[in-house]
Amino acid sequence: MMSEWQKVCEVEDIPRLGSRVVRRAQGDVAVFRNAADEVFALEDRCPHKGGPLSQGIVYGRHVTCPLHSWKICLDDGNASAPDEGRAERYTVKVEGGVVFMQS
Amino acid sequence: MKRMKLVMVGNGMAGVRTLEELLKLAPDLYDITVFGAEPHPNYNRILLSPVLAGEMSVKDIMLNDLDWYRDHNLKLHLNRKVVKIDRRGRKVIAEDGTEEEYDRLLLATGSNPLMLPVPGGDLNGVLSYRDIHDTDAMIEASKRGKHAVVIGGGLLGLEAANGLKLRGMNVTVVHLMDWLMERQLDRTAAKMLQRSLEQKGLQFLLGKQTSEIVGGGPGDENAGRVKSVRFKDGSEIIADLVVMAIGIRPNTALAESAGLYCRKGIVVNDTMQTYDPKIYAVGECVAHRGMSYGLVAPLFDMAKVCANHLALFGIGRYTGSVTSTKLKVTGIDLFSAGDFSGGPDTEEIVLHDAMGGVYKKLVVKDDKIVGGVLYGDTTDGAWYFQMLRDQQSIGEIRDHILFGETNLGNSGHQGQNKAAAMAETMEVCGCNGVCKGTIVKAITEKGLFSLDEVRKHTKASSSCGSCTGLVEQILASTVGGAYQASDSKTKPVCGCTDYTHEEVRKAIRTQKLLSIPAVMHFLEWHTPNGCATCRPALNYYLISTWPHEAEDDPQSRFINERAHANIQKDGTFSVVPRMWGGITTPAELRRIADVAEKYAVPMVKVTGGQRIDLLGIKKEDLPNVWRDLDMPSGHAYGKSIRTVKTCVGSEFCRFGTQNSTQMGIDLEKMLFNMWSPHKVKLAVSGCPRNCAESGIKDVGVIGVDSGWEIYVAGNGGIKTEVAQFLCKVATHDEVLEYSGAFLQLYREEARYLDRTVHWVQRVGMDYVRQHVVDDAVNRRALYERLLYALAGIKDPWQERVAQSDKRREFEPIVLEALDA
Repeated sequence: MMSEWQKVCEVEDIPRLGSRVVRRAQGDVAVFRNAADEVFALEDRCPHKGGPLSQGIVYGRHVTCPLHSWKICLDDGNASAPDEGRAERYTVKVEGGVVFMQS
Repeated sequence: MKRMKLVMVGNGMAGVRTLEELLKLAPDLYDITVFGAEPHPNYNRILLSPVLAGEMSVKDIMLNDLDWYRDHNLKLHLNRKVVKIDRRGRKVIAEDGTEEEYDRLLLATGSNPLMLPVPGGDLNGVLSYRDIHDTDAMIEASKRGKHAVVIGGGLLGLEAANGLKLRGMNVTVVHLMDWLMERQLDRTAAKMLQRSLEQKGLQFLLGKQTSEIVGGGPGDENAGRVKSVRFKDGSEIIADLVVMAIGIRPNTALAESAGLYCRKGIVVNDTMQTYDPKIYAVGECVAHRGMSYGLVAPLFDMAKVCANHLALFGIGRYTGSVTSTKLKVTGIDLFSAGDFSGGPDTEEIVLHDAMGGVYKKLVVKDDKIVGGVLYGDTTDGAWYFQMLRDQQSIGEIRDHILFGETNLGNSGHQGQNKAAAMAETMEVCGCNGVCKGTIVKAITEKGLFSLDEVRKHTKASSSCGSCTGLVEQILASTVGGAYQASDSKTKPVCGCTDYTHEEVRKAIRTQKLLSIPAVMHFLEWHTPNGCATCRPALNYYLISTWPHEAEDDPQSRFINERAHANIQKDGTFSVVPRMWGGITTPAELRRIADVAEKYAVPMVKVTGGQRIDLLGIKKEDLPNVWRDLDMPSGHAYGKSIRTVKTCVGSEFCRFGTQNSTQMGIDLEKMLFNMWSPHKVKLAVSGCPRNCAESGIKDVGVIGVDSGWEIYVAGNGGIKTEVAQFLCKVATHDEVLEYSGAFLQLYREEARYLDRTVHWVQRVGMDYVRQHVVDDAVNRRALYERLLYALAGIKDPWQERVAQSDKRREFEPIVLEALDA
């Protein structure tokens, strides 16, 4: 199956150092925007107890889960040591201020 | 850019910790080479005692395996002793001729055991107790001989004696002084210790001076081996093994040979630099302000400072350490810190139960703890030590300080407050389900030394924190003297900065900083935009210091305060509308019922704060729920005013002396929208029967016939704390003014996430009374600042109902399904 780029939103729709929830039939995705306006997308489920990562505090290239403060790396979805686990990562790109996600 | 070369001489705990800290700060700055005289990588020297006692193996105490050195690209020369530093040529030379050039040199050569200069000191079977080699030799010797003599009744000597006894030897401890551990214990505690060690089968010869170690003569089957120990008084005892544990001396030979200034150690300044600016030194080998340290905790403090300067950050000074001691002999609880013997200008607070085997002594000067000894019950050692380090005044608690931190309502761990008495399988942390054995295992296997590290690895005490004391005890008894409670006065806000909460607040106030980036820029934050710990704190400090001026950054608030509702475990939220003073109406109740049905709310619950909680609401429904409720936000989600609980009061109650409901409503309306360092709860009772439970609230008001009593700094949560009497006032307006002034002082001075009780414990009730009760002008000013801060703030729910741009937070982006 060919993967396709799908438009998500404008970069400006995501607050800087914040995120938005993207609702999909297959489950929610959290799209994050850091201070440098880079955009990341992760499955909206913390590998610990399923907390919604979209609701966490974003800093640097990390987000802290709102339920029990696990730190998840936005680049690859990995939990910071000593915690172990990974949230699914999705490929995103920004073109002309618009965020696209690979489906 | 070409990397600089860093060479470290000495591969022990202080040096390697410095490298670890350095690699965290500047992983790519140096090419690093390490020389170690021993054949082992870095191991935990403190745990040699358990190894000797047969409780652990050498493998258990390794801190950094060879892979660690490889993974960090460190060049490691084991078994190679450096014998020369060529300062002009900037290189070091080892015994075997290995040379390494350096741009920076780090000396961590540790210390050498002192040996008694008596005849026979070089006989076979005379050992020191310093490293793995010594320990192995002692274990070997214990298999061959029967009688061991340990010379030196200090910490190390007693641990050696205990270990040899457990290895089946007949052990006598010889000590020059009249009592054991005279550098850590007073006579009373030392005698108690001696009695319990005697019960374990150790023998003691005190006040004995060794004059000679006697070996077997020529032709004897033990020729050249130790046979006995002879004393100055002419007496003599049999010995198959002699261990000298009379002290250590900083190993300065290499530094001295290179012409570096040494005086009782390699002399360093507050940045751990020697007299040669290219050469740094850390650990037991240094003399800092005339002091040398043999315990691990100060060495780690040095490591941190040294790494910071090696990383070219140039922040941080080492200013010396107050140390505490704990003896690692299983079954013996002993703790000592600071000046435990006192002098003419100190007082002592003592509890001594000789039969029960408990002795506690605190040495106090000007109402502050300067030292102490605990024997038999060391539960509160960490607490006393914290107060010692913080220089906290104990004036108000001295009548019960020896009974310990608290006997009240510390929940979540089966009422246990003595870690030693707990079985391995007992649960310590009731929040995260961590038992004692798991914590001990993590500490020993992962080489943990601080509370933060234990929290990170095991999660124990990382949630509500009520078991912190227990975890500290387990840590202290596992690593012994290596454990040092953190000094809360100098503790930085988080890893992103070296500044304390107080320093950050001061900068915000004096520099008039108005945004988080401005604070981070001014205080040179190490991280680009902080972390989940510092950003909420900074945001609070900004808006509380500069109300109506500073920027309130929603992205730096925890989700509950950003969404104005409480996140639940499944990602839904709960909504608690405000009911002023716990009073509601049929119309409000109808609207709540309608909302519950319309949004299919899974649970409707009456809260402890006299209102109603709607649980399980989807985030996107929140604005509509608020619109339909048409009630003010209850702020049940914030570090903010929560509720004012009331009793029925004089309007209906036959006992009521005052109109407590109206007072509650007025207080709650006054404080509406108040953000604070942590949550704030109030209560008003209409008579001393106190049905609103004012005794466990941040501010509790109790009506009496002649006016109102105000109590502050109570807490009904994690640890029950009874509120303390602040003052009695006559009028309704005075209740508002005094309560408001107290809360404003708390808002301005407490650290973020301090409840009122934590803050008052630190500053003392006297301080609070001075500022709120005695000084009327100041009280008025505080009260007015509070009213100014709260003036004109809009209800956050109504704001989000009315303004569509503020609703974006709540709206998911819906992707249309792609065509198949």
